[in-house]
Amino acid sequence: MSHPDIINISIAILFLPLLGFVSVIFLSKKISKMYIVETVILGLTLALSIYIGFQKLFVLKGEEIVFAFNWLDYDNLTIELGIKIDNLTVIMLFVVNLISFLVHVYSIEYMRGDKRYNRYFAYLGLFTFSMLGIVLTHNLLMMYIFWELVGLSSYLLIGFWFEKDSAANAGKKAFLVNRVGDIGMFLGILILFTTYGTFTFDTIFAQIGEGIMPFGSFEWLGIAGFLVFLGAVGKSAQFPLHVWLPDAMEGPTPVSALIHAATMVAAGVYLIVRIFGLLTADALLYIAIIGAVTSFVAATIAVTQNDIKKVLAYSTVSQLGYMVMSLGIGAYAFAFFHLVTHAFFKASLFLGSGSVIHSMHHEQDIRFMGGLKDKMPITFWTFVISTAALCGIPFTSGFLSKDGILAGAFAFGNLTGHWIIPVLGFAVAFLTAFYMSRLVILTFFGKPRDQHKYDHAHENPKLMTVPLMVLATLSIFVWFSFNPFDSSSGAFLGEWVKTPTQAFAEGSYEYSQTGMQTVHEELTPQLFEEEIHHAHYPAMFLSLGLTGIAVFLAFMIYYREKISADNLESRFKGIHTFSLNKWYIDELYHATAIKGTMVLSRMLFWFDKYIIDGIVNGSAYVTRFVSYLSKLFDTFVVDGLVNFSAFITGFFGASLRRVQTGKVQTYIVYVVFSIIIILVLI
Amino acid sequence: MEGMPILSLITFLPVLGMVIILLLPSRNEAGIKYTALGITLLQVILAVMMLSGFNYNLPGVTDESTFQFVEKFRWIEIQEVSWLGTVKVDYFLGVDGISMPMVLLTAIVSLIAVISSWKIPKAIKGFFALFLLLDTGMMGVFVALDLFLFYIFWELMLLPMYFLIGIWGGPRKEYAAIKFFIYTLLGSVFILLVMIGLYFSATETLADGSKVFTFNIIELANQANYNSDGILSPFNPQNWRYIAYIALFVGFAIKIPMFPFHTWLPDAHVEAPTPISVILAGVLLKMGTYGILRIAFPVFPEVTRELMWYIALFGMINIIYGAFVALSQKDFKKLIAYSSVSHMGYVLLGMASLTSTGINGAILQMFNHGTITAMLFLIVGVIYDRAHTRGIDDFGGLATKLPVYTGFVTVAFFAAIGLPGLSGFVSEALVFVGAFSVESIRVVTVISTLGILLGAAYMLWTLQRIFFGKFNEKWEGLTDIDSREMAMFIPLTIIIIFLGVYPSAMIDIMNTSVSALAEFMNSAGNNLLGGM
Repeated sequence: MSHPDIINISIAILFLPLLGFVSVIFLSKKISKMYIVETVILGLTLALSIYIGFQKLFVLKGEEIVFAFNWLDYDNLTIELGIKIDNLTVIMLFVVNLISFLVHVYSIEYMRGDKRYNRYFAYLGLFTFSMLGIVLTHNLLMMYIFWELVGLSSYLLIGFWFEKDSAANAGKKAFLVNRVGDIGMFLGILILFTTYGTFTFDTIFAQIGEGIMPFGSFEWLGIAGFLVFLGAVGKSAQFPLHVWLPDAMEGPTPVSALIHAATMVAAGVYLIVRIFGLLTADALLYIAIIGAVTSFVAATIAVTQNDIKKVLAYSTVSQLGYMVMSLGIGAYAFAFFHLVTHAFFKASLFLGSGSVIHSMHHEQDIRFMGGLKDKMPITFWTFVISTAALCGIPFTSGFLSKDGILAGAFAFGNLTGHWIIPVLGFAVAFLTAFYMSRLVILTFFGKPRDQHKYDHAHENPKLMTVPLMVLATLSIFVWFSFNPFDSSSGAFLGEWVKTPTQAFAEGSYEYSQTGMQTVHEELTPQLFEEEIHHAHYPAMFLSLGLTGIAVFLAFMIYYREKISADNLESRFKGIHTFSLNKWYIDELYHATAIKGTMVLSRMLFWFDKYIIDGIVNGSAYVTRFVSYLSKLFDTFVVDGLVNFSAFITGFFGASLRRVQTGKVQTYIVYVVFSIIIILVLI
Repeated sequence: MEGMPILSLITFLPVLGMVIILLLPSRNEAGIKYTALGITLLQVILAVMMLSGFNYNLPGVTDESTFQFVEKFRWIEIQEVSWLGTVKVDYFLGVDGISMPMVLLTAIVSLIAVISSWKIPKAIKGFFALFLLLDTGMMGVFVALDLFLFYIFWELMLLPMYFLIGIWGGPRKEYAAIKFFIYTLLGSVFILLVMIGLYFSATETLADGSKVFTFNIIELANQANYNSDGILSPFNPQNWRYIAYIALFVGFAIKIPMFPFHTWLPDAHVEAPTPISVILAGVLLKMGTYGILRIAFPVFPEVTRELMWYIALFGMINIIYGAFVALSQKDFKKLIAYSSVSHMGYVLLGMASLTSTGINGAILQMFNHGTITAMLFLIVGVIYDRAHTRGIDDFGGLATKLPVYTGFVTVAFFAAIGLPGLSGFVSEALVFVGAFSVESIRVVTVISTLGILLGAAYMLWTLQRIFFGKFNEKWEGLTDIDSREMAMFIPLTIIIIFLGVYPSAMIDIMNTSVSALAEFMNSAGNNLLGGM
């Protein structure tokens, strides 16, 4: 198989879903079954991506395939768009297409009867197209373009049921919160483009390798990298921009599985993976801290939520925090590994929750569920397997990837003294196991708490359960490593995904090392690798221990009810309310950013209306007033003077008339008198 | 096409249409409408013909010999006027890469505006006659290369606009019309003063070797033509070039409209009938920025260089301020009007960079804003025609009732937000890339990026309030758009998507000229700044 074929197929994979979108939008009025076309297209792209994945991973192996063309070319500026196919790309192509396809299939049943049924599938197609663009890009500009398109399609999908205000609000919130991060990303891209004159990742890395720095300083490279990372803070729902994701659960549940578990939110992590070569040690440390904090904050919130999807949403935020943290500490391969494993088991969990919600007449509150395990066995078992993967129970994929991240955190703490990161990491492991056990127990075990809805509950048809089974199967360790306790023996980490040491060795490493020396002693990739190896078993036992305790606690509280949940709640009232209200972060934003913007907006409008326009109208009034005055002046002064002089003339004329007698004698008398007076005066 | 006076044709064709309309009896409404439609359609065809004959490699800008479709002859000539010598004004038309996109824009928007005028309720004959006169004025501004002629076209467009707002407008039409008129006239006075100052400061050499004072914009950009004592001559140590520049700039800035001279715009828009709003936002505002690029920049390169930071600053204020004010509007049309203020800020910012990327972005933004805003005002018009209200909060949930309309609205709104794949993104991105690359205006540029967020905020909020949420039963009777309305939306949508995906189509037209302009601003500015 030659390279052009791979490129052509990749381009086909990219554009087929767009074709689906366009055709569904335009034809669904005439053909009511357009959703099938869209689903078949996704099946096709899935088949194609499996095919090129196989070619790339097993035949071409390490080779990278690049295809680029000039999008804008003028003067001194050439803007190139293009795709790059490496191992990461084909793995992501498979993940995105598989989950998208399964979600399509699942949605055929789940969304049946919706009045915008076809349109829903069109949006899924648009979303898949946008996401695939992010996966395939070899440059920052195209990344940004598709990044925003993902924003658009998620806006449409989250707000799909726009008749509900909450859904419309959630869509808008998602878009705007993402845009906050995007501004940072955009500025970062501007710095990089101004410096390097290109958007292409590899060209930028090469120039960094040559020692070219933005504005000539190493710090600015760090700032630029961090700014681009802010895009990921938005899209991957990192603290403090995580607030949109839980609200986004207003969208149809399969959408949550697709975009809020497996793809859109993973785009942020994927972005960091792609720009890893330009992140300096300082930037990475901040990234690690943001990831760890996100992961912890979200986990603490998930513990008290009662909406099944909200729990999963916060769990997603928390796990994304894990990935980001993992990238920040340099455990690059584990982060990507977790991205993939998480995509499968979290999609499974979301689709599982959808299955529950579907059969419970759209009940989402776990306080009204319970005892569903016998009624919905497939949903139950797939849910349990995925939960086990999320909690990091051995023999699951999640165990392998999570273990790697925690070992990395442990090693990082050990080497650098930043113990806050492993501490938060392990705390999250404990919390995760606890809230997921709580969720499973409250949903599937015990007695039904709403008998009426329970009676209605039933297992869903195959269209919904088969995707669950596929995803649950993929949550098992064998796909990633035959040794259930050591991921490095599998092809995924052993061969396919490697921390980009090349970028390190040739370029940024030199600089990273200088940075790293100041920040964390002598941390080199080799040393780190070794330390992770040492940390492997301690980290594993610690996390297993914590998970065991958490599951046991949850079991005692919610299943055996030996410990009263209500008692705990009232004992820790403050903490509980704080967690239940999501740390009041939304309220904080409302009171500051949103309110501030609105107040400022109204103030400026007032200013515009009364001051700026006031001056305009004022000057008009002044002009009119002046013209009125001049009219007065005209009437009374100018005209008055004229009239007055006429009057004076008339007056004197009248009085002097008497002098004029017409007699010569009188005139002679006047003349004589006058002469006498003049003479006297002289 | 060789030898055909295509610029005169495209400019004065509407006058011909006006004459025909005036000759038609006023009860022949169909005849009047179809005449206007035919004329504007012909104009589009001429513009496309021009484009097909347009040589992308000729710069124009400050080089008279590389302007295209040039028509030049002596128009007014008075020999030996006492101390003035010979007074002459040329009829001088020509286009280059800077004006070509504007000619296209004017032709397209005029055609769309005619389609949207189909249901003008009263005095149809007068409306279309004035409309076509306006069309001539606009087209003339973009093709005139003689300052005197430019000024005539500039003023020509004012009068029909005044009546179009003042007669066919909304409840406060008189106020809005007079405000527009006086404000613009005030700007014109500034322009006129500078024009006269320039006239007495520079000469051009005629074929017979004699030197005469000149209104030729291209000759005015050549410093060698300035005499040593002219009031606006760079060689006169006591010259008034800064003051003249500011006066000229303000004259044009009123049209853009630049903060703080923008308040006529919301009033004019709110009162104007839909097609006039479309023309106003789609074409008229561009005349301001075009004037700056065509006249203020090349004639005063060194002053521009000195003041570029302020231009960028005002661009930033327009972007941020316009967006903030738009956010609290309750009237749909006023919101769109303020969004225009915000979006024109990008044009200023891009121009201020004086880089070819930034200026390309600015002109592209002029074109894109023209099409996008035209579409936005049409959207307002569609809903206003049906509901007779523009209050954003009066609606709700219309997306269920008017799905096709909502589809177009979504495209237009996201284009305005700058979504990649739609044209607005490319121009905004180029503006930012160009402006960011210049160190002196970098901070201003960074602050301006807030506009990206605020723009999304007011647009999406509006989208939600009108189209999402619970359907307001009051609007049960509303119907989705008809085929005539489709005929105005579809071409614009195609342009918006096409230029979003393939911006080179437009960039290639303007690039040679823009690089020449950027190069000129650099070298001429340097010469003059260094020489003083």
